[in-house]
Amino acid sequence: MTNFLEQTFNGLVSGSFLALLALGLAVIFGLLRVVNFAHGAIYMLGAFGAYVLADELGLSFWAALIAVPLGLAVVGVVLERAFIHRLTRLDPLYNFLLTFGLTLILQDLVKARYGVQSSPYAVPSALSGSVDLGLFEFPAYRVFVLAMSVAICVGVWALLTRTRIGMVVRAATERPELTRAFGIDVGRWITPVFGFGVALAGLAGVLAAPMRAVHPLMGADLIIVVFAVVVIGGLGSIFGSVAVGFVIGVLQVWAEAYAPESWRALIAQTLPFLLMAVVLLWRPAGLFGREETA
Amino acid sequence: MKRFATALGAVALLVTACGGGPQSGGDSKLTGGKIVLGVLNDQSAGYSALSGKNSVEAVKMAIEDFKAKYGDKAVTSDIEVVDADHQNKPDVANTKAAEFYDRDGVDAILDVPTSSAALKVADVAKAKKKLYFNITAATTDLTGKSCNKYTFHYAYDTYMLANGTGKNATENGAKNWYIVYPNYAFGQDMERSFKAAVEKAGGHVVGEDAAPFPSDNFSTYLLKAPTLNPKPDVIGTMQAGSDLVNLVKQYNEFKLRDKGVGLSVGLMFLTDIHSLTPAALAGTTYTDAWYWNFDAKNREWADKFKARTGSRPTFAHAANYSAATQYLEAVQAAGTDDADKVVAQLEGKKVDDFFLRNGEIRKADHRVLHDAYLAQVKQPDEVKEDWDYVKILKTIPAAEAFRAPSPDCQL
Repeated sequence: MTNFLEQTFNGLVSGSFLALLALGLAVIFGLLRVVNFAHGAIYMLGAFGAYVLADELGLSFWAALIAVPLGLAVVGVVLERAFIHRLTRLDPLYNFLLTFGLTLILQDLVKARYGVQSSPYAVPSALSGSVDLGLFEFPAYRVFVLAMSVAICVGVWALLTRTRIGMVVRAATERPELTRAFGIDVGRWITPVFGFGVALAGLAGVLAAPMRAVHPLMGADLIIVVFAVVVIGGLGSIFGSVAVGFVIGVLQVWAEAYAPESWRALIAQTLPFLLMAVVLLWRPAGLFGREETA
Repeated sequence: MKRFATALGAVALLVTACGGGPQSGGDSKLTGGKIVLGVLNDQSAGYSALSGKNSVEAVKMAIEDFKAKYGDKAVTSDIEVVDADHQNKPDVANTKAAEFYDRDGVDAILDVPTSSAALKVADVAKAKKKLYFNITAATTDLTGKSCNKYTFHYAYDTYMLANGTGKNATENGAKNWYIVYPNYAFGQDMERSFKAAVEKAGGHVVGEDAAPFPSDNFSTYLLKAPTLNPKPDVIGTMQAGSDLVNLVKQYNEFKLRDKGVGLSVGLMFLTDIHSLTPAALAGTTYTDAWYWNFDAKNREWADKFKARTGSRPTFAHAANYSAATQYLEAVQAAGTDDADKVVAQLEGKKVDDFFLRNGEIRKADHRVLHDAYLAQVKQPDEVKEDWDYVKILKTIPAAEAFRAPSPDCQL
């Protein structure tokens, strides 16, 4: 039983990354109707940002945790103004292709500069120990990742439901025309929201650097799972994306640990996509999505 | 008259167009009048650091050295290298290999990491009757049920790794093993080989798990390891490339070494140690096919390699150089690139170059035999030079390093 709880907790930790990435994607899709394929590459840039700041400027993990998302938010704003903004009036496929192209360019730029081998990054010394959680001990860094991710998801939820900005963004997400008809300038929120979504991906990247291989393609496989998460949750549904992110994290770990022995790896790997297929057949708008936004 | 002139012109054109072939082929007996080597490997993903573009560079070095050695007496001075990215995908490898042989006139394909892709290329080589030196894939099927007359397995295989690492670690006290392996041909083969080697040495495999490939999260297995009964002395990981980096990072995070669960790595390349830093792997033992700072001879080549690429060579880079050299030597000796004649030159040949120590190209199954090494990652304070991360504990003689020819192999 203890082991089961330990594994479940561990699943929540790996779900943290899915949730943070899905949250950013959902916020961006909600307001811009853009499926940002470059989200995985931004996650990778976040991890590399932490590595470069440590390696070349000697900055700590904590500094990177603030500086990298801010820096990437600026990158996001520039990308939105320079490219994405020009294509939003066309078929969504154009921006999908644009961000896919950006992904390839970003990956290759990082490869050209830092090579294809993984770059070293250590767990911050303050979090290198273990925490006693009552039933079991767990690496402190993992507990921190989970706490951080939950705090951010709750923070974004509070921002959206308790503030005026959040109200405008939610209204513009659900009924863009009607919101405009009320005289609200939806357009001015587009660029900051895109920058914010990108910053979340960058933050997830910084959090990943101490526990995962910092590699030019680290986001390429992950982003496909995140897309499945967002589709299952319902495109544009912020709550759905976050919840499904954590759930998929846990289900994958359960599959790896408890599925019939010879099927474990296969089930863990295909589970997000099997669920996606089932959900699409049963509720095409996703579990928490609304028909008209789908 | 005018019509006749046109016809004559057309004939003349045809003759000039086709004439090149037999004429130049006449002196050197080379198809197309030149030798073309094809390097097919991962140039973008997890295995591109350990072979990738730098393997192409190593093959170019071999060609330059060959030309310098023979000068005017070389069978040809026209030797080309083509390369392609197979993305570790068997279907891509299959198509690219066929393109190499048919379209680019490739005489021999080199490298090809990822066992599932490597086996596809062996099928293509067999069908097209063209040479193939596999360097970077590990599966013993290349010299087992998938062996063929045109395929040579050059650098290492799962038996060599398992026998070196599994046997030695078990004899040194790691009795109980928990094996984690990536769920594809290479991992499954490694798991079988390791299990056999561990059990033969008197050890016991208490658990084994196939992990998704690729994966960035191995914590499930790391949490499970200490709860197994009996508790494993060591986790044997068969992950490679960036998967290995993920696993080792997380192994350190869960502090399993402090909990009495050691780490043994099935396959590791110098570039992996570089990424993880020696501190993350200090004390880990593994079997190496070649090490750049083993002696002056290796170091001399490693210096040239570094001057060109900026990094030290992995054993895959050195083996690509060696295989290209041995192929060119065989063509030189045969005086032709005719695949059957080159194979006849290679079979049974005893070789001693800087990569193949006490080397022999075994006739029975085309396994290339050579000395292997039991290596240990140095403690951080022992590392005095960049990239010099390993000490060699012992040399495993060529005769013991590889398995006996398999009865499954009918050339």
